[in-house]
Amino acid sequence: MADVLVCIKRVPEVAGEVALTDDAQGVDARHVGYTISAHESCAVELAVRIATGTGGAATVLTLGTDDAVEQLRTALSLGCSRAVLIEADPSGFGPADVAREIAAVAREHDVVLLGNDAADTGDFQVGIRLAYALGRPVVNGARTVEVADGAVTAQVDGPDGIENYAVPLPAVVTVLEGGVEPRYPTITGRMKAKKVRVETVTPQRGPDGPGRVRLLLPPARPNVVEVLGEGPDAAKSVVDLLEKLGVAR
Amino acid sequence: MILAFVETDASGATEVSREALTLAARMGAPLHAVVVGALPDGVVEQLGRYGVEVVHHAVGDAVAAFGGAAWAAAVQDAAGDAGVVVAPGTPRGMEVAAHLAARLDVPMAANVVAAGAGDPLRVTRQVVGGSVLEEMELPARPAVLTVAGHAVEDEPGDGVTATLRTFTPQVADADLVARVVSVEPVDDAGRSDALTSARVVVGAGRGAGSAAGFDATVELAELLGGALGVSRVVTSLGWRPHHEQIGQTGSRISPDVYIPCGISGAIQHWAGCASSRTILAINSDEAAPMVTKATYAVIGDMHEVVPAINAEIRRRRG
Ligand SMILES: Cc1cc2nc3c(=O)[nH]c(=O)nc-3n(C[C@H](O)[C@H](O)[C@H](O)COP(=O)(O)OP(=O)(O)OC[C@H]3O[C@@H](n4cnc5c(N)ncnc54)[C@H](O)[C@@H]3O)c2cc1C
Ligand SMILES: Nc1ncnc2c1ncn2[C@@H]1O[C@H](COP(=O)(O)O)[C@@H](O)[C@H]1O
Repeated sequence: MADVLVCIKRVPEVAGEVALTDDAQGVDARHVGYTISAHESCAVELAVRIATGTGGAATVLTLGTDDAVEQLRTALSLGCSRAVLIEADPSGFGPADVAREIAAVAREHDVVLLGNDAADTGDFQVGIRLAYALGRPVVNGARTVEVADGAVTAQVDGPDGIENYAVPLPAVVTVLEGGVEPRYPTITGRMKAKKVRVETVTPQRGPDGPGRVRLLLPPARPNVVEVLGEGPDAAKSVVDLLEKLGVAR
Repeated sequence: MILAFVETDASGATEVSREALTLAARMGAPLHAVVVGALPDGVVEQLGRYGVEVVHHAVGDAVAAFGGAAWAAAVQDAAGDAGVVVAPGTPRGMEVAAHLAARLDVPMAANVVAAGAGDPLRVTRQVVGGSVLEEMELPARPAVLTVAGHAVEDEPGDGVTATLRTFTPQVADADLVARVVSVEPVDDAGRSDALTSARVVVGAGRGAGSAAGFDATVELAELLGGALGVSRVVTSLGWRPHHEQIGQTGSRISPDVYIPCGISGAIQHWAGCASSRTILAINSDEAAPMVTKATYAVIGDMHEVVPAINAEIRRRRG
């Protein structure tokens, strides 16, 4: 019976143009929706599978504002049975701050799953810092994770092939997209999710901060696209170009 | 001292490691490097060309198999009182750097593209999949940072003659718990290396229409001796395997020519292909971001355009 904690972060779902807030501290998300990282969606899927497979339970956690309950509810509708909100403005928290706050909640859990990196700040470190805070082993960038007989086995795509890890519980694993297909919520899942009370906790202490001075947009690369043609008639000019670029033979 | 963690393969320091070294060498002197595991022939001389004075080579059972904590212990050992530790922005580079930063309880900046020389150290790094830059201060010493792949041009500097120092790091038992216990080689068809090292990549997105809609793009990739890459929509729909995905949560490519077909060019996709030298977009929508950001474009249905290109290439080859 494994008790799993999975950590997710609410992030703006930007696709085209990105705009910054006036204080240049964040992405202006007034006109876009919110989501979680693709890695975290896979982590949620793995958490639910481990909970189901071992007869345990999966808890979803986020450090964020009240708005992030939207992302917690989605995870609940997918099979997590508890949700914890560490209520704080995440933009003021650096990765070490977030790891410390998660650690305060994570001690009771056998396995903690996180994403490999958050979709917005991309710090690539909360999971590893969490492992040190808890004094637990950590497997990084796993595509598949299984729990049996008091141990976690995980597979990571390494430079020489698929790397196998086997570590005793309790452990921390960060997840990369691609090893599992995240499920979609069912109607009953959504109904259940509505009934769960989100447990709200306050941070242990004030953050040291992310060291951010400001955000800026990369200089726009002035670009003039040369249209080679329309439809299949363009094939000749395309192959001329490929030959000129030295890649057609 | 500035210490660079360098990854190697059979040919020497890897490309992203050389890019990281280029940035590290500009941050000041003296520059040292640490290599954990295999030390390919000629790599000490190669690192010397980047200005590396001392190559620390960690050997021993504790680091024979990869483990983030054990390898970071080796880097920590070599770091001594280094002011800056730089790692390549690869999965292992990120992992080792994050372990080091956690062990030393100092901040770490991931995906740095530029670094100042002042105190506190100020760096610029990629966030939001590279579509936004962040200026960040790293007040603690050592400053730990990873260098974003293909954001810095690989450029050897004033060469020196590097000396080799071999050492066996002290690794605590706790740091050996999570390490690779076995590796299963995968055949080329199951790997993303072909994609990340290809000179030509043909991309296919939702415009492919279905799992059966990739024949022409696969054929074009074959005709050009390149690889097929896809968008996330394609992998989430299960049309193609995830190791072919390009983007923020897939592979980063930097081919000479990228030919995205039926891909809109969302920022998370762009994150993975922005460093392509030439982009030739094939899309039915002339206003798609991929088209407006491309070098060349063909406006049309990929199911008509790509077979016509294939036919033209075969015709010219006779
Ligand atoms: C946290 C996060 C991480 C992500 N990571 C990635 C990632 O790593 N990689 C990635 O690719 N995406 C990623 N995405 C998804 C990304 O935002 C886009 O949804 C995705 O890239 C769109 O794929 P697409 O271009 O194939 O599809 P669409 O956006 O639907 O575009 C299809 C394009 O094909 C064109 N088209 C349609 N039919 C034809 C035809 N017959 N002939 C020619 N053109 C045609 C259309 O004009 C359109 O431009 C991520 C998203 C999030 C939120
Ligand atoms: N505010 C947060 N709340 C919960 N989990 C988080 C938060 N920030 C980061 N994480 C987790 O840590 C992972 C790595 O984040 P990062 O190190 O910031 O790139 C993410 O994929 C999440 O799983």
